[in-house]
Amino acid sequence: MSISSLQAFLRTEALPHFWCAGCGNGIVLGALVRAFVRLELDPTRVVVVTGIGCWGKADDYLLTHAFHVTHGRALAFATGIKVVRPDLTVLALMGDGDGATIGGNHLIHAARRNVDVTAVVVNNQNYGMTGGQYSATTPAESCTSTSPYGNPEDALDICALADAAGANYVARSTVYHVRQLENFICEAITKKGFSLVEAASICPTHYGRNNRLGTPTEMLRRLREQAVPLARGEVGGDRIVIGRLVEREREDFNARYEAVRRRAVEGGRLG
Amino acid sequence: MRGKVRFMQGNEAIAEGAFYAGARFFAGYPITPSSEIAEIASRRLLKLGGYYLQMEDELASLAAVIGASLCGVKAFTATSGPGFSLMQENLGVAIMAEVPCVVINVQRSGPSTGLATRPAQADVMQARWGTHGDHAIIALSPASVQECFELTVRAFNFAERFRTPVILLADEIVGHMRERVVLPEAGELEVLERKRPRVPPEEYLPYQPDVDGVPPMSDFGSPYVFHATGSMHDERGLPNNSPENARRVIRRLHDKIYNHRDELTLTRGFAMEEAEYLVIAFGATARAARKALRLARERGVRVGLLQLQTLWPFPEEVVEGAAGRVRGLIVAEMNLGQIVHEVRRVVGWDRPVVSVAKSDGEGITPDEILAGLEAF
Repeated sequence: MSISSLQAFLRTEALPHFWCAGCGNGIVLGALVRAFVRLELDPTRVVVVTGIGCWGKADDYLLTHAFHVTHGRALAFATGIKVVRPDLTVLALMGDGDGATIGGNHLIHAARRNVDVTAVVVNNQNYGMTGGQYSATTPAESCTSTSPYGNPEDALDICALADAAGANYVARSTVYHVRQLENFICEAITKKGFSLVEAASICPTHYGRNNRLGTPTEMLRRLREQAVPLARGEVGGDRIVIGRLVEREREDFNARYEAVRRRAVEGGRLG
Repeated sequence: MRGKVRFMQGNEAIAEGAFYAGARFFAGYPITPSSEIAEIASRRLLKLGGYYLQMEDELASLAAVIGASLCGVKAFTATSGPGFSLMQENLGVAIMAEVPCVVINVQRSGPSTGLATRPAQADVMQARWGTHGDHAIIALSPASVQECFELTVRAFNFAERFRTPVILLADEIVGHMRERVVLPEAGELEVLERKRPRVPPEEYLPYQPDVDGVPPMSDFGSPYVFHATGSMHDERGLPNNSPENARRVIRRLHDKIYNHRDELTLTRGFAMEEAEYLVIAFGATARAARKALRLARERGVRVGLLQLQTLWPFPEEVVEGAAGRVRGLIVAEMNLGQIVHEVRRVVGWDRPVVSVAKSDGEGITPDEILAGLEAF
């Protein structure tokens, strides 16, 4: 893959990026841009919607159409875009706070509606941008800047939520498993209907430091050890199950909508 | 006006006005007393080649509307007080990212669930200042079913012309009453479209304004790559947090509205010549005021009415001019006093201004407006 092909999508003049040393976001951005190149997408026919948070800054480095919106609402904006322009590739880039905490309701309904949008959720287990407070995916008992004595809440499984709500494609990888992450992003974009890729990531600056998890390298090593392929069937503890978790063939929202439109135009209705 | 004579509800006329203006996308969440607009949109838009989306809440509704508008589709939503509050967050996005859209608020009595089926005009200040941060806003208020239609068309025109959200502040009385309306033929009312880029795609800057302060707008998916954002940005739409840039952007967003106040100010005058006293009212209250004018004349008192169709930007010059010719002013509104403060600010605190304010879920009656005269 040539540098020039990546430059069609990457705003190189905006580099170096603003993320902390050791952050996983640059790895996910690389995987995303390589996925765009592999799928031979036209940057003028891609819309990236980003929310608020560290990963929500990703649009600053992209040359596609982009919309940087409010905290948690990226999928609702993306829905409006995709519904009127089904021919475009629409993605929502969100962190765990953005996509699964404040934006949890929109995630449920985007998956239920099965609108053909790809969500790439980077889960670094805390609110990095605001200084490392706990989010809905922060593990119980772990320390953050607002849970100094341990987090009293259990963590949400983002992928299980998307599955329960009816997403057509759900996969999880990590920022250690870079090739797999890239492959999943490719599959998710290609898949019709709502797709979600969770990238388990690291936040050495806040979560790592608050929980004494060591250097970024040590955190990546820990991520590798926590990651368990789906086929192995091991769950629980601090394991992170990685793999293609859900593949469905539910008709996507736009297809359903056009079927309803035909009925409306022909003057019919149900019942 | 030529066109079809119909008998319809205000909410229905709002929906028809939106379709006439070219709106082809509606996203909303049901709420009394605005739900008829959603129901009509769900019935009509599919046949018009458009889209109706029922979202999970009002946050998502306005988000979807803004997303659709960025694709070049005229888009709107309809709600009432509690939903309008939820929309304030993304109203700011539409202002900052400069995305045309129309938000209909058929006002009901609050706060909170309040009197959910009863009228009020108490969201005047929420419309002006509800979203966070310094900003300008355009808000129009219809007083009849005919105005529901015509001001909705105007709302879309202002939104497209100035690349900004526009609020139509209707109320439960106007929204739910039925009366005669003349629906204009296609082409009879002006329908504006947003400005498009006039440079080659590689030179396009989505936030580079023309002399009128309004930047030409491309669509998502066009060769004109559009980096839209709710964050402070430069002409490219990329982050720029310098004070100089922020000052320029916030000032421009304000000025593109306030420098066009003449164009935006819509008012109607009734019996204002030789009037000794002037009533200022808007929405359903302006109807009661017109009746009050006739009752006053029967009693030998010459009273005029200035009906505000534009609430924001506040029609300062018109109010100031009209106030200068009378001995006293009565400001009537279905709230405990919101527009009256604007009137006092404009005419000066030494001028006699009486507030006829009512906030109990009932419309203001002509007699209540006349009773205001007794203060003089």
